[in-house]
Amino acid sequence: MSRLHEHRSKALLTTVGISIPKGGLAGTAAEARALAEEIGGAVVVKAQVWLTGRADLGGIRFADDPREAEEAAASLLGTNIGSFAVEQVLVEKKLDIAEQFYAGITVDDRARAPVAIFSRAGGTGIETVAAGSPDRIARHRIDIELGLRPFEARNLARETGVHGDLLRSLGDVLPKLYRLARRVDARAAEINPLILTTDGKLIAADCRITIDDHAVYRQTDLGIEIAREFDHPATELEKIAWQVEKDDYRGTFYFIQLDRGFRSGEGVIGFHGAGGGGGMISMDAAHAAGLKVANYVDTSGNPPASKVYRAARIILSQPGIDGYFASGSGVASQEQYHSARGLIKAFLEVPLSVPAVVRLGGNGEEHALALLERAAEHLPAPLEGYGKDDPAEACALRLRELIGSYTPSEKRPSKRLTPRADKPYRFETVSGGTVTLDHKTCLDCQSKICLETCAPNILSLENGVPVLNISREEAKRGGCTECLACEVECYLHGNGGGHLTLPIEGLEAYSATEGVD
Amino acid sequence: MLVDDTTRVLIQGITGREGRARASLMKRYGTDVVAGVTPGRGGQVVEGIPVFDTVREAWEQAGPLDASVIFVPAPLVLDAALEAIDAGIRLLVIVPDRVPLYDVLEIIAAADRSNACFIGPNTLGVLNTGRAVLGMIGGQVASAQSWFLPGPVGIVSRSGGMTTSAAYYLAKEGIGTSTLVHVGGDMLVGLPLPSMVERFETDPETEAVVLFGEIGTSQEEQVADLIEAGRFTKPLIAYLGGKAAKDGTRFSHAGAIIEGGRGTYQSKISRLRGAGAHIAPSLGDIPRIVGGLLQQSDR
Repeated sequence: MSRLHEHRSKALLTTVGISIPKGGLAGTAAEARALAEEIGGAVVVKAQVWLTGRADLGGIRFADDPREAEEAAASLLGTNIGSFAVEQVLVEKKLDIAEQFYAGITVDDRARAPVAIFSRAGGTGIETVAAGSPDRIARHRIDIELGLRPFEARNLARETGVHGDLLRSLGDVLPKLYRLARRVDARAAEINPLILTTDGKLIAADCRITIDDHAVYRQTDLGIEIAREFDHPATELEKIAWQVEKDDYRGTFYFIQLDRGFRSGEGVIGFHGAGGGGGMISMDAAHAAGLKVANYVDTSGNPPASKVYRAARIILSQPGIDGYFASGSGVASQEQYHSARGLIKAFLEVPLSVPAVVRLGGNGEEHALALLERAAEHLPAPLEGYGKDDPAEACALRLRELIGSYTPSEKRPSKRLTPRADKPYRFETVSGGTVTLDHKTCLDCQSKICLETCAPNILSLENGVPVLNISREEAKRGGCTECLACEVECYLHGNGGGHLTLPIEGLEAYSATEGVD
Repeated sequence: MLVDDTTRVLIQGITGREGRARASLMKRYGTDVVAGVTPGRGGQVVEGIPVFDTVREAWEQAGPLDASVIFVPAPLVLDAALEAIDAGIRLLVIVPDRVPLYDVLEIIAAADRSNACFIGPNTLGVLNTGRAVLGMIGGQVASAQSWFLPGPVGIVSRSGGMTTSAAYYLAKEGIGTSTLVHVGGDMLVGLPLPSMVERFETDPETEAVVLFGEIGTSQEEQVADLIEAGRFTKPLIAYLGGKAAKDGTRFSHAGAIIEGGRGTYQSKISRLRGAGAHIAPSLGDIPRIVGGLLQQSDR
């Protein structure tokens, strides 16, 4: 996640010279005891979970000696706080507090700039203070080209009534915090509380930093596993989905799981949106129709068919879903037959065993719906396609109806969607895929549909069979856009001699343990 | 508003997959695309449009340039945008998704300094119905021509798909549109909903505005502020997505996240309704509500 744990955030603070309490990270109770011994005196033991209000949830314990620290760690480790498992605790010296402040940098859409925020009412409940007594909070809009300068930070502190040495120290700390935020592309960097100790030092007792998801690619040192903001730790499937999206800038694929541990028959569906707005509306429509959604997915921004295929495979690998709902805005500017091909490939491969309603309105809609209609003949479960004149609400209701009247069958796709390789002609694609055209099958093919439907137009006829009219290197660099025409159009209209293998790292292993797919 | 068929347009990244496809859409819809830029590809011609190595060169050879549409990969957007602003272009449309936030902040600062403005990032662009399009609204020229009908309704949206959908559903009921704008799905965009609403206020071709909003950010609240302050006086019909969204979880658009209870569906609806906006319960209700309001104003 692009949210950093407290200990990671604090380690970053030290790189700009902001003080943190003496302490360390423990994965076992014994390690916590050893750390407490090393620190000496009273300590605080803090669960490392990304949640606000940890104290109220019991995630922070105070200990007067190493034995108590060990007990505190033992009581926290292995438990769950919210939906997060406690795997590590931070053991730190307990501070002698004179005063508690809040200091933060956050990019603010209203100010259209980073804003420095300082308050003398630090500690838990800062949100309540912000709402109740805004005069106790001072804000400063930072000029991105000048940064936050010490005198501006002193002005900010003075607004809250700070004087003397403390004013000078704050003039030092806030600019450092901004420099750090800027360096790590932080959407928000907050120190709360920032403690003034009884011996006059400023120490960051807690810190949370959230990195901009879009900048994770250039913050490689931070070791962020998945550039997504969730209210739970990333699931296995979410990590698999992120690997699909990470380096593929062609369109967008967004995946989050909203519900897990449900069973067949509970009315939970796999959800596949297209476009952030249309996706959310369609999800709202599913809820209004009395369906629950297992996940939220968005494939939009003109993604290649391969990305839509991978998204569909990931959605279908959730155990226990009763239906599949693909629906976007209704009138999409992207060519919808790419999405149709991606979905069809996934439905044929798995194969689809629950009812599916696919709403693909917009460009190329007629083509997309014709493909879906044809594919439906080959599938064990009902598949219905809808277009721009069919509202999301009606489509969601139709899916509920289909689920209600559906009895599973043992039917398999009437034709196999597996590579035939009597006389294989192969080339690789940009996302690690392999195209196989079985020239023995192709030779007998009357339609040669691959030639006319190939989106980048990279196939030509040679001795009666399709071959690349660009080099294999060019095809691999992206000349082949993975439009899936040579497989799906060929399956539906030709001899079925084309196949595209598109690996999804980790999905097979996941499905094996989850018993689906 | 923003663009018409006399606007002289540059396309940055014109030799890429999207740049090529959308150059064709723009040109055929009526946009005056006079030049393209891809560093290192100067001398090529795409869709009959000459390609130059730099924006300055494009300006010298094919200028003046009023607007630039940017189709380069997200990590290269900052440089492309600064280059366009530096060369003197006053309106940018930044199409790519996943542009880093601090890069957007830098573009905002540069644009403010040069009195330029930009739509996006993560936008489908802007379309002046029947005259010109910047970006990829409609995708293909045949679609753009058949989906949208000229008329008095402005559309402004945080979702690309909803921009085209709203215009299409209105056209189906015989109600035409003036200008369609997708402000972009990110948390920080060049011209957010309130900026666009202010432009619609002074646009003589627009009699009413349909707004699509989402959870997250303060854009809808700022629009409510404008109505309350008397700075937007035309009828506003609003439809919002994200009723079922959870706090702390982002829903694909970078801007669509509720944090600390701020930017929720309910709070936005009640602010807009309180300010006098007409809330459409579903997308299908929009044409009926708009039709009624236009009839009222005709009397």
